[in-house]
Amino acid sequence: MTEPKITFEQARHVADLARLALSDSELEVMQGQLDSILGYMAELEKLDIAGVEPTFYSVAMETPLRTDINAASLPHDEALRAAPEQCAGGFAVPKVME
Amino acid sequence: MVVSYEPVIGLEVHSQLLVRSKMFCGCSTQFGAPPNTNVCPVCLGLPGALPVPNRAAIAMAVRTALALGCQINTHSRFARKNYFYPDMAKGYQISQYELPIGEHGALTIETDGVKRRVGITRLHQEEDAAKNLHGGASGHNTLVDFNRGGTPLMEIVSEPDLRSAAEVEEYLKRLREILMFLGVNDGNLEEGSFRCDANISIRPVGEPKFGTRVELKNINSFRFVRKAIEHEIVRQQGVLQGGGVVIQETRSYSPEQDKTVVMRGKEEATDYRYFPDPDLPPLVLSETMMAEARALLLELPAAKRARWTTELGLTDYDATVLSAHPGVAAFFEQCAAALPPLCQGKLTSSEAGKRAANFIQSEVLRRTKTEGLDAQFPTSAQALAELLSLVEQGVVSGKMAKDIFAEMATTGAGAKKIVDVKGLAQVKDSSLIESQAKQVVESNAKQVEQYRSGKTSVFGFFVGQIMKATQGSADPKLVNEVLHRLLDQP
Amino acid sequence: MTNTDFHTRSACELRESVACGQVSAVELVRLFLGRIEKHDGRLNAFLHLCPERALAEAAAVDRARAAGEPLGPLAGVPVAIKDNLCTRGIPTTCASKMLAGYTPPYDAHVVEKLRSAGAVLLGKLNLDEFAMGSSTENSAFGPTRNPWDLERTPGGSSGGPAAAVAACLSAVALGSDTGGSVRQPASFCGVTAIKPTYGRVSRYGLVAFASSLDQVGPLGRSVRDAARMLSVVAGHDPRDATSVATATEPYEDECGKAVRGMRVGVVQEGLGQGCDSDVTGALAKAVDTLRTLGCEPVEISLPHLRYAVSTYYIVAPAEASSNLARFDGVRYGLRVRGGDLIDTYGKTRAAGFGPEVKRRIMLGTYALSAGYYDAFYLKAQKVRTLIWQDYQAAFAKCDVLVSPTAPTPAFLLGEKLSDPLAMYLQDIFTLPISLAGIPAVSVPCGFSGQGLPIGMQVCAPAFMEGRLVRIAHAFEQACGLSSRTPPDFS
Repeated sequence: MTEPKITFEQARHVADLARLALSDSELEVMQGQLDSILGYMAELEKLDIAGVEPTFYSVAMETPLRTDINAASLPHDEALRAAPEQCAGGFAVPKVME
Repeated sequence: MVVSYEPVIGLEVHSQLLVRSKMFCGCSTQFGAPPNTNVCPVCLGLPGALPVPNRAAIAMAVRTALALGCQINTHSRFARKNYFYPDMAKGYQISQYELPIGEHGALTIETDGVKRRVGITRLHQEEDAAKNLHGGASGHNTLVDFNRGGTPLMEIVSEPDLRSAAEVEEYLKRLREILMFLGVNDGNLEEGSFRCDANISIRPVGEPKFGTRVELKNINSFRFVRKAIEHEIVRQQGVLQGGGVVIQETRSYSPEQDKTVVMRGKEEATDYRYFPDPDLPPLVLSETMMAEARALLLELPAAKRARWTTELGLTDYDATVLSAHPGVAAFFEQCAAALPPLCQGKLTSSEAGKRAANFIQSEVLRRTKTEGLDAQFPTSAQALAELLSLVEQGVVSGKMAKDIFAEMATTGAGAKKIVDVKGLAQVKDSSLIESQAKQVVESNAKQVEQYRSGKTSVFGFFVGQIMKATQGSADPKLVNEVLHRLLDQP
Repeated sequence: MTNTDFHTRSACELRESVACGQVSAVELVRLFLGRIEKHDGRLNAFLHLCPERALAEAAAVDRARAAGEPLGPLAGVPVAIKDNLCTRGIPTTCASKMLAGYTPPYDAHVVEKLRSAGAVLLGKLNLDEFAMGSSTENSAFGPTRNPWDLERTPGGSSGGPAAAVAACLSAVALGSDTGGSVRQPASFCGVTAIKPTYGRVSRYGLVAFASSLDQVGPLGRSVRDAARMLSVVAGHDPRDATSVATATEPYEDECGKAVRGMRVGVVQEGLGQGCDSDVTGALAKAVDTLRTLGCEPVEISLPHLRYAVSTYYIVAPAEASSNLARFDGVRYGLRVRGGDLIDTYGKTRAAGFGPEVKRRIMLGTYALSAGYYDAFYLKAQKVRTLIWQDYQAAFAKCDVLVSPTAPTPAFLLGEKLSDPLAMYLQDIFTLPISLAGIPAVSVPCGFSGQGLPIGMQVCAPAFMEGRLVRIAHAFEQACGLSSRTPPDFS
């Protein structure tokens, strides 16, 4: 068996970066699936892309710019309505240290 | 042998831009609104909302980049900086990574008479984070207010060219001044519209390699800049001299404890996974935008100071004081320019500059209120020039001018009117002064004796007596003339 | 109502029936709501219905007609939309537990457009969670079934829209297409769908999956219906920085125009291995039909087509990993409280997202992470250039390109669920078109031996949607398949 494209530890690191609390068993399945997908993608390694520019935007365009004028904001209660937890007009989250 | 160390410091300055609406939506940027009232689907990061950049913010960033001598990337690109934090609504910050608006600029600073060029690595456009409010009713929660989230920011990153706390302070002052003169930032450290993080390391003098750097955050007051940096330098020196190693970490200065404290230890290197923002196609700066930015490049403070010292006769000190705020600088320039014509050209611009500078520093500034870019003066610059012209023409004395100015500041009346109403004009009638002088000379024979026998210092006594008799309204020049005539010839 | 076949009529016919008073808009809403109630239990195409609102909107259309006011191009036409399009006051869940019960405070641009055209919104349609999937089995609220065979998938991710339109539960629908998500379900369900040029339709209010690929696309039981829907939703929107200013065309006017002399490129890679023989057979017949219409078939090779799956499954997940970072349980959606903030994030996201979404977030995060960006993300974007160049070269030799929409007819529920890669390979013909940003249509072209619909995909150069409508309509008229409805739902 060749070396895996992604190790369990790498998968754990990626899950941490993505803030996905996956159990070891979930992660094991995930690692196997990612490994086979990344293995398939190894076909790209054969392609010669020297001198090829990347296409970040499929249709050539420039970003339009907005005039600096104020538009209506959301009513306060509507802004907070979907919050899982709110307090004193703010979105409440577990305490963060700064 | 004791090793001596050299600090190496680079700065990242975040400054909010003075625009009405946020970077990517139309919400107001006004400071101090109730929490979560200046928010919309875009700046709350609601599903499906999309950003559209603010033209005015970009224009300001371009103008600043030009003022700092940056090369402008006319094709620049927005990128996403991915990280999770409650104050970052979308889970990423829209910033710039490759291709920022400006690169390779410089700012010249002067400490102890030595000029140094501090490199500007890059200037890029981004959006501010929201504000985490701590405490609150339930102590175990942090409350997030998204009013500030999405406010246009400009990040200006310096090269690690600074070598002392004094240089850091000087760099920040000069940079803040430039931003204020360009009208792009209000220079308010306390409200956080001008923020600075410093990367500090030390190395043995002569060592070409950099030491391990510590990021010092929250330097939010000019009072603390020097102290915070100095403390961190001393701390690192202590660590190295004690045989330890400096740890790469984030610290912040605590004014209460007067030292720097650890904020975050060394984590796994943060991986921001920057990539071009697919919601925002390339930012192309049109020729029109570039021309507009160049046209709005007003005279910057350093150039003003140079001109004022050569053309308006100011000392370096005066020039520095008067160029500390764009409003004060404009007031001074208006006053100095208005004065010569009011004196029928009998005053050179250099003389006018000196007169205006002195009076503004002694009388005007302590009655002037500045807030951000706003400055409220007790009178208009034109009104002050009129007062100063009365002094030049000998209508009032310099001392009287101070009282008249105080009156102008409280009542808003013009100098001429106050002089007329109060009869404050100097007595220039030589026959009147002559009769007063004769009286004084006759009734003080002893002092006349002393004067004539060579004790000329007694001359002042006679002047004083005449001034007293005329309640200070006699023209001192005339008094001098008359007294000399009476006393010098026996 | 005397006439009972209104549900099988096209949207264009329904609009005329309402306009001439043959049927009221309210009657149509009742008819369709009744059908949904009767049939959707078997299909699970709808996630939410809004009957009161629909009746009120229909009543408003009827009042407008009675008052002699001008009626919009979709006046009184019952429509339904994919549940990743934001609707003010109506739940928008993206078929995710993460957004269960979430109601946006604003309407997507296309929803505003539908309303102003007089369309009546019946409800929101099922999809693969966050539009990630090719079978609608990734919905947190259960899979949608194919009306032609309830054991089979309707395709995905716009399985709800395709099934609802095919089963005449809605006259027309809007879906979204990132890598084939309106085209492949249309092919599986025997309806027509258009994936517009990237930038043709505003994405404002479409919950982002992969921002550089996402487009809203219409589905209908006829080419004319899809063309009319496209005309309604297309056009510039200043709220989407990727929305183009290029003028739209009256796409419907292309219906009925001759296609004689049109050069039709037949993608050779679309006839090879991996394709079901019924599918290749149907495509060959379709090419014959086009020849009888006067089109000139030419053989075209797209050498980089084979790399499209790898390229797409790097680019799209990379963008998705960032787009889905906003689902953090702070401002809306699910929250699972953990011990601290990071724990809360991790638990919330692990509980809120289904397996396929997690897989793509992982894949995308990996492709952007330090050390892998160049080898994966950047490389994929370069291969994307090669794919784009293939199409440029092809369009120098032909006016449109045809291929199967999908390599097989609808597959069985569960058939590919355990093999993500096999599922991804479903999209081989649709993905490269998305990567190139060009428009495409999927139009029914036959049935398999088992009676399952087969679709033909036609693509054209950017902004040539009119050309697609012209050829698809001519083909549709020539092969006469569009009037077929699934036997159990007529």
